[in-house]
Amino acid sequence: MSGANKSGKRQVRQREGSPTDAASLGEAAAISTDQVAHVARLARIELTADEIEHYTGHLGRVLEHARELEDLDLADVPPLAHPYPLRNVFRDDVAGSPVDRDEVLSQAPAASSGQFEVPPVLGEEA
Amino acid sequence: MAATSQAATGAALSGWETVVGLEVHVELATDTKLFSAAPSRFGDEPNTNVTPVCLGLPGSLPVLNRRAVELAMAVGLALNCEIRPSVFHRKNYFYPDMPKDYQVSQYDQPICSDGWLDVPGGGRVGIERAHLEEDAGKTTHLGGADGRIHGAVGALVDYNRAGTPLLEIVSRPDIASAAEASAYVEELRAILLALGASDARLEEGSMRVDANISVRPVGSTDLRTRCEVKNLNSLRSLRNAIDFEARRHIGLYEAGEAPVQETRHWSTDGRTHSLRSKEEADDYRYFPEPDLVPLEPDPDWIERVRAAMPELPAALRERLCAQGADAADAQVIASRGLAPLVLDAVAAGADASRTVTHAVQNLALDGAELLEAAQLASLVQMETSGQLTATQAKAVLTHMCERAPDAAADPSAIAAELGYEAMDSGELEALVDQAIADNPEAWEKFCAGEAKVAGVFVGAVMKATRGQADGQAVTRLLAQRRDA
Amino acid sequence: MTSAHVIASEVRAGTRRATDVLEDFLGRIEAHDGDVHAFNTVSAEQARAAAAAIDAAVDEGRDPGPLAGVPVAFKDNLCTRGVATTCSSRMLEGWQPPYDATVVQAMTAAGAVMIGKTNLDEFAMGSSTEHSAFGPTRNPYDLARVPGGSSGGSAAAVAAGFAPLALGSDTGGSIRQPASLCGIVGIKPTYGRVSRYGLVAFASSFDQIGPFATDVADAALALGVISGHDPVDSTSIPAAAPDFEAALARGVEGLRVGVVSELTGSRGNGAANGGPVLGDAAGEVLDGIDADVTERVLEAADALADAGATVGRVSVPAVTYGLTAYYLIAPAEASSNLARYDGTRYGLRVEGADVEEMNRLTRRAGFGDEVKARIMLGTFALSAGYYDAYYGKAQRVRMLTRRDFDAAYADFDVLLSPTSPCVAFRFGERADPMTMYRCDTCTIPSNLSGDPAMSVPFGTGAEDLPVGVQVMAPALGEEAMLTVAAALERAAPPLPKPPLARMSGSKGAGS
Repeated sequence: MSGANKSGKRQVRQREGSPTDAASLGEAAAISTDQVAHVARLARIELTADEIEHYTGHLGRVLEHARELEDLDLADVPPLAHPYPLRNVFRDDVAGSPVDRDEVLSQAPAASSGQFEVPPVLGEEA
Repeated sequence: MAATSQAATGAALSGWETVVGLEVHVELATDTKLFSAAPSRFGDEPNTNVTPVCLGLPGSLPVLNRRAVELAMAVGLALNCEIRPSVFHRKNYFYPDMPKDYQVSQYDQPICSDGWLDVPGGGRVGIERAHLEEDAGKTTHLGGADGRIHGAVGALVDYNRAGTPLLEIVSRPDIASAAEASAYVEELRAILLALGASDARLEEGSMRVDANISVRPVGSTDLRTRCEVKNLNSLRSLRNAIDFEARRHIGLYEAGEAPVQETRHWSTDGRTHSLRSKEEADDYRYFPEPDLVPLEPDPDWIERVRAAMPELPAALRERLCAQGADAADAQVIASRGLAPLVLDAVAAGADASRTVTHAVQNLALDGAELLEAAQLASLVQMETSGQLTATQAKAVLTHMCERAPDAAADPSAIAAELGYEAMDSGELEALVDQAIADNPEAWEKFCAGEAKVAGVFVGAVMKATRGQADGQAVTRLLAQRRDA
Repeated sequence: MTSAHVIASEVRAGTRRATDVLEDFLGRIEAHDGDVHAFNTVSAEQARAAAAAIDAAVDEGRDPGPLAGVPVAFKDNLCTRGVATTCSSRMLEGWQPPYDATVVQAMTAAGAVMIGKTNLDEFAMGSSTEHSAFGPTRNPYDLARVPGGSSGGSAAAVAAGFAPLALGSDTGGSIRQPASLCGIVGIKPTYGRVSRYGLVAFASSFDQIGPFATDVADAALALGVISGHDPVDSTSIPAAAPDFEAALARGVEGLRVGVVSELTGSRGNGAANGGPVLGDAAGEVLDGIDADVTERVLEAADALADAGATVGRVSVPAVTYGLTAYYLIAPAEASSNLARYDGTRYGLRVEGADVEEMNRLTRRAGFGDEVKARIMLGTFALSAGYYDAYYGKAQRVRMLTRRDFDAAYADFDVLLSPTSPCVAFRFGERADPMTMYRCDTCTIPSNLSGDPAMSVPFGTGAEDLPVGVQVMAPALGEEAMLTVAAALERAAPPLPKPPLARMSGSKGAGS
């Protein structure tokens, strides 16, 4: 086991110098203002131009640090999505009691006719 | 309009062939939703069949419905798919009727993959995959004409449907015509009904078909640019949309242009229309749903599901044909889900030909699927033994369907209630003799071989009995007397 | 101050009234929470009704349970029916869930009395509570310093004597780090040991609920109450909770304790280098861990050796990449988990001309700076063209971490490291995001692996502020972890109570 551990250690030690050094050596920024504007649209967060600059800096710091992963050889390491290996968790097809509609709608920003009310949906339609 | 386009299609299609792949969403017939214990039921007051999970309330968590998985597995097995380990992913996009603003769906590891479906009267269509996912809620647009988005001043959202289990069945582009596409959907529907996996009603949206359509020169094996057509809520729409779209593509190619890959909407004007393209290209950012664990059906479970499956429509049709039904009748009976009833009734001693005729002509009724084979068999026997006329048998059947599956659906009890007393054979013979005596000239002609004058005697007996006599029995008695 | 154990046994015995206990604590809150700001909501009325019900049960000869009459504070990201659950966000200000979290049900069913909802970094994203939309919580040891985070309100509440027990959530260290900075005990159980149902999700594959207490025995008592299988959480482990309290009295003789070299360097003092038991750390040691924190961990290891444990150094190489992997995966999950705050069903709405604009304006106004940054970071890590390089690669590092821990646990029963690289820091001191994120360096690896880990106070560092030692164990290994923690607690130098906790409340004095 400790042997495997050591080889894992060799595997992950392939790089000298910190990522910050690498970034200061003139590598392209990890994320651009255009990319930040794009993710803000995907995430539906309205941002001003100044805010886009601000988040480009913030995200850039984190992503520059993440460059330390670039040199890792992880080809033989599968991804891990769940920390505990459970499989096949089910419930029986038996109805439980629904939540009280009035209680839920009383928490909604706008409701009408027993439904949640929203502004018009401009979406895809012919 | 439809007739013109059909005619135009035939001309335009020369030299080209149509290539269609279908994506069919079916709502699975579970009592509760895919990931929550809320009732999966329609027509109730808005937002009454919802739990915190259906509303995406903070802190709520999904738990997978075992029954939905078993139905998906059964459909997969019926479509000759492999049942494989699968993983749920999150498909991220914003829409008001998506309560979490992501849809939980199976992405690169679907539960069913690589199967096929033999289309009656068509070819073998490959099934790429069938995967489980949750349905969205329902948005009603306010103020726009006909509840359409355009011009709406707002919208109301009902989450009753949110989280209903869907199985998306994706075919390979193996379908070569509108007719074959239609037959594929019909056969798929028959399978779903036989399995009890879905009520599969296109008009009501419990079965939804999207068609990926392209064309190519006859003889080519390339796949050209396809368009995905949505809003196909009947088999007729499906056929017409395929024909329209194929013609549109051919027209573009022949004009030196090419279609663009896009999603189009089938409209009531009999055309497809391009959907407004979104500001952002889709980027669904799929990733494994961390709130659900992997699904890995073991071989024992898969075999238990297989063993519990009823006989499928194709096999049932084959057995119906073996009983003398022609292919068209077998198709009608199977598509109504009546094949087991017919076959069991025949096995119980009913005349096969009469049983098939009833199933085709007289059982397009609600409740027909609830009839008991023994009761149907006993009805057919009453008819063939002369106790009931064909007309009476049909009337009794109608009452049986209304009462099924109640014990009160017993045919002899219904016949008695309706006053269908079986004619005493001596009484009938006396009436026949009376009719012969009353029409001596006609009798001579009948004896000389003019079979059509038999109607004179049958009519007389019917008049005397006010239609209660069995015409076939009268004909038999006439023949006996002539040949005596 | 009295422990949960003492309160529960006295209330059960009928020698003390739950209502009196409650008033003592409410008095302390009223007197001092203006300074500390541990609470977003003090649910005094509901608490009085609950305490009266406990007393009535005792009067009728019924046993209210192992936490009879014990006031408990819940982090404000745990759903409480009819009591605001805000996640310290404008987005959920005033939101009243229609249901209780499973842990809230479990605690109240055991006789605990909810006293209030505690402050946190907005949606649990932070290490100082400075990212709360309702203002920061202050460290009871020094009001000019942070209590840690994100469960800073829960940690400060227990440290200040506002409640003997609190629950928090730990995604990257959010229980252990504030416990360390506030001089108390905090446990992150095995992922799946405690139901997440009703915990407002930050990063679903990391989030785990756990207790804060002033001592290991109280923490073990609360852990026992909230542990166990929950059928409404698919990731809940179908295992019954063991008798955690029984583990406390076991000795550490024969237990193998590994000190994680990457997180625990050599002694700064040349003369004592290596110490009597441990050699120097070989290989890479992460930067930024205070020398006096390292000293306390090495002293803790010495103490365990003295008590009969076998102590050695162990390398867990992947922990050096933990921070990076975590700050890609957790924001990715968060970007999806927080999509639902769109102004449609609950919480804040800022009107717009259409739904999309309403979504954008609502999310602009409802989320604070750090939450927006993490949502966008996570959106980017999952987006087309970047998934493999960021999210995908981070998931592989997660597997590497799992494997390296497995290897370490083949040789050791528990592992030791600092909980936090530093003692409580001053407000504004770690404004740079990476500097703040490094607070989680030592705690994140156990969130990546899903293994249990806890912080136990062990002496003080700079400015006489508390230092916590982290005890880690393999999945479902809480008993060995608690055995070691109890031994450390016995061996630890006495920790002065924070000045606040030594003062009595304005009401209920003399109790």
